[in-house]
Amino acid sequence: MSCCASGAESAGELETLRLALPGAEELALSGRRLGNGLTQCDLIVPDVHCGACIALLEKDLPKLEAVVRVRVNLSTRRVAVVVSSEGSEAGRVQSKVAERMQALGYPPHLPDPDDEKSDPVFGELLRSLAVAGFASMNVMLLSVSVWSGAEAATRDLFHLISALIAAPALVYSGRVFFRSAWQAVSHGRTNMDVPISLGVILAYTMSLFETLTHGEHAYFDASLTLLFFLLVGRTLDHMMREKARSAVSNLAGLAPRGAMVLGEHGQRDYRSLEDIVPGMKIAIAAGERVPVDGLISQGVGDMDFSLVNGESEPVRVKRGSQVPAGTLNLTGSVIVEVARAAKDSFLAEMVSMMEAAESGRAGYRRIADRAASYYAPVVHLVALATFLGWVIATGDWRQAMLTSVAVLIITCPCALGLAVPVVQVIAAGRLFENGIMVKDGSAMERLAEADYGVFDKTGTLTRGQPTVINQQEIGADALSLAGRIARHSRHPLSRALAMFDDGGTCDDDTVIEEHAGEGISVKAASGDIYRLGRSGFALGDEATAMSGHSSSQAVLSRNNKIIADFRFADVAREGAGSAITVLQTMGFGTEVLSGDREGPVEVLAKNLGIERWTSSVSPKAKVGRLEELRREGHRVLMVGDGLNDAPALAAAHVSMAPASAADVGRQAADFVFLHENLEAVPVALTISKRAGKLIRQNFALAIAYNVIAVPLAVLGYASPLVAAVAMSSSSVIVVLNSLRLRRKGRGIGVNRPAAIPVMDRPVSGPVAT
Amino acid sequence: MTNLLILIPVALFLGLLGLGAFLWSLKSGQYEDLDGAAWRILDSDDQPLDGEVEAEADD
Repeated sequence: MSCCASGAESAGELETLRLALPGAEELALSGRRLGNGLTQCDLIVPDVHCGACIALLEKDLPKLEAVVRVRVNLSTRRVAVVVSSEGSEAGRVQSKVAERMQALGYPPHLPDPDDEKSDPVFGELLRSLAVAGFASMNVMLLSVSVWSGAEAATRDLFHLISALIAAPALVYSGRVFFRSAWQAVSHGRTNMDVPISLGVILAYTMSLFETLTHGEHAYFDASLTLLFFLLVGRTLDHMMREKARSAVSNLAGLAPRGAMVLGEHGQRDYRSLEDIVPGMKIAIAAGERVPVDGLISQGVGDMDFSLVNGESEPVRVKRGSQVPAGTLNLTGSVIVEVARAAKDSFLAEMVSMMEAAESGRAGYRRIADRAASYYAPVVHLVALATFLGWVIATGDWRQAMLTSVAVLIITCPCALGLAVPVVQVIAAGRLFENGIMVKDGSAMERLAEADYGVFDKTGTLTRGQPTVINQQEIGADALSLAGRIARHSRHPLSRALAMFDDGGTCDDDTVIEEHAGEGISVKAASGDIYRLGRSGFALGDEATAMSGHSSSQAVLSRNNKIIADFRFADVAREGAGSAITVLQTMGFGTEVLSGDREGPVEVLAKNLGIERWTSSVSPKAKVGRLEELRREGHRVLMVGDGLNDAPALAAAHVSMAPASAADVGRQAADFVFLHENLEAVPVALTISKRAGKLIRQNFALAIAYNVIAVPLAVLGYASPLVAAVAMSSSSVIVVLNSLRLRRKGRGIGVNRPAAIPVMDRPVSGPVAT
Repeated sequence: MTNLLILIPVALFLGLLGLGAFLWSLKSGQYEDLDGAAWRILDSDDQPLDGEVEAEADD
C-alpha cells in the first residue's frame, strides 16, 4: 500500500520533531467524559502504519490498569483510549498509556483541541452521490427500454416513473450545486454551477412537461447522470483536501495548550491558555515552549528563538529577559512572569497580521471559474439563439423549447466539471507520494503561475539545527566521549554531538549534572571530572578568553584541560543547492528574507547562489517586501517555517512550509512537505505545472467535443440517446487524459536516502510484518 | 404488460434496499478507517467483540 510506505518514511524523517510526551495535566484537559465513569482521550500516533502496529497497540495497551478499550484508526493515525476513571485520575492513567506507547516505539501527541474530527461535508457529498447513483441507474434502466422501442402507454408509464424517481433525487443530490450557483448569481457572478443547475432544472421541467403531454423525448436520465458524474468530481476533490488537512493537523502541535501556574503558596496548578492572565507566574521546564509573552523572573537557561524570529543560535536568558510566546526552553527550568494574555501575545499578533495579509490572495479565481465565466454566457446565448431560431423558422415553440433544452444538456459542462478535479486529485496523490501535502486545488494552480521564490533562512534553507563542522580535526575517542555525555542534554549543540554517541554506558557511580546555560559536568568513577560546554565553563575561570563565538562552540575538557574543541554551524538543508539551481533554470528570481543576523545570511545566500538577501527582517517587513514584489508584477512563492514567516506565507501568491514549521506557519502555507530534502519545492512546482498543462488539455478536449456536438443539438438531432452517449464519452475521454499524470518514470520525485531507519522499531508480538 | 407491474416495483425496491444499506453503513462509521480495515482482515487471531466495543473509534 502506497499510503503505508509514504507514512513510514515520513515518520522516520520526522525524527527531529519529537517532543516531550503530553503530561498528565494536558491529557486530563483533553479527555472527554463518556458517562459511567469512563473517559476517552484521542491521541495522534504518526508512527502507526500497518496491521502489525494496530494489533500490537490494541492487544498491549488494554493490559494496563484501568484501560477499558483501545481502538486504532489507521487512516487518521489516531488512537482512542477509554479509561475507567475521571478527571485528573484519568489523566494519570492516560499518561501511563502514553508512556507505554512511547516504550513500544509509538510516541503519541495530542490533537489540536479545535480540530474537527467528523467531516459533515464529506458525509453529505457521499450521501448525495449514493442517491444520484441509485436514481440514475434506475432511470437509465427505464430509458434503455424506451430507446429500444417502448411505445405509447408503456413509454409514458416509464417516463412517469422516471420523473417520480428523478424529482427527489435531483432535489437531494443537486443541493450542492444549486446552493453554490445561487450564491454566485446573487452576488452577480457566474461559476460552473450556474450552467449545471440551469441545465439540470430546465431539462427536468421540460421532460416533465413532455411526459404529461405524451411527448416522445425525456431527458431524465441525462440530468441524473450529469449530477452523478459531477458529484464524483466534487467528492474526489473534497477527499483530496481532507486527506491533506488531516495529515497536516496530525503533525505534532508545537504550541502548548496550557501551562503550570504557580500559586502564591507554592502550589502548582495546570491551567489552559485562556485562563492565564498577566501577572501570573508560570513554570517552564527544559524542553517546553513558552505559551505566552513574559519576563523571566527566576532561573537561567538557553532559549531557542528560531521559530519566533529566525535567529539560529540559542540565546542565554536570565532574570528580566523578555521571552515571546513560542520560544523553546532548552536547558534549565525557569519561572516566567506573564506579561500578556495568550490572545494578546506575539502569536496572536502574527495571526491577526496573517488575516490582514490573506485578503490579497482572496482575489484569486479558480481556473474552472474563470473558464466558466467565458463558457456560461456563450452556452446560454447559444441556447437562446436556438430557441429564437426554431421559433422563427418553424413557428413551433414547443419544438423550439425542446431543442434549446437539448442544447443546454449537451453543453452542460460535465467534462469541464471533471476536467479540473480529476487532474488535481491525481496530482495531489503524486505529491503525497513525495511527502508533499497540498491544501487545495487552487494552490496547485497558483504554484504553476509562480515566477519568484522567496525563502526564509533558519529552518527552511537550513536545517534549523547546528551540526559539527570540524569533525575531521577531532579524534574518534573524543567524539564518542562527547556524544555519550551530550545525550543527557536537550541543548541543540548537545543533540548535534549526541549523533556520535557509540551507545557505550557509563559506570554506575558517575554523576552527571547539567548546568543551565553553561554545560554538562560528569564526575567519573575514577575521580576525573569531564566538562562539556562553554569554553569558560569547561576550562575553568582562567581560560574564558578562548577565541570564537561562544554559542557556536563547545569545549570538552578533563580536569580543566582541553580534549577537544567542537565548532558548529547551521548547515544548509539537503537538496537546498540543487533546488535553488532548478528554480533558477526555470526562470525564477530567488531571494532570502531572514530574521537572522547579516553574517550567516550572507554566507548561506552566496553558497547557494541566491542573488538577493536581506537580514534582520521583521515579520511586517517581510509582508512589505512581498507586496513590493507583487506590485512589480511577480507572482511570489514563499517558503518559510517560523512564526515570523506566517504573515508572509499568508500574503504570498502561493506558499510552502516544512513539517517542522510553527503551527501557524503550517496552517498558512498551501503546501507542507514532510521530507528533509528541499527538492520538494521544485518537485511540487513540476507536478503543478504538468497538472496545469493537463487541465488546459482537458478544456481543449471539452471544447472540441462541444464544437462537434453543439451544431447537432442546434439542428435538433440531439435525441436523449445521442445526448447520453455524447456526454458520457466526453467525460470518459477527459478522465483518461487526466490519468496520464499517473505515468511514472519521468524523473519527478524527491531523491531520498536509500536506507530509512524505520525498520529498527522494536515490533514485538506474534504478528509478522 | 402485467409482469412489468411486478418487475418495476421489485427493481426499485431492490435498488432502494442497496441505497439504504449504503447509507446505514456510512452512518455506522464503516468508512471511517478504510486503511485500517484493509489490515484488520489479515489479523488471524480475531476475538469476539465483547458487547461494549463500538464500531467507531472517534465520534
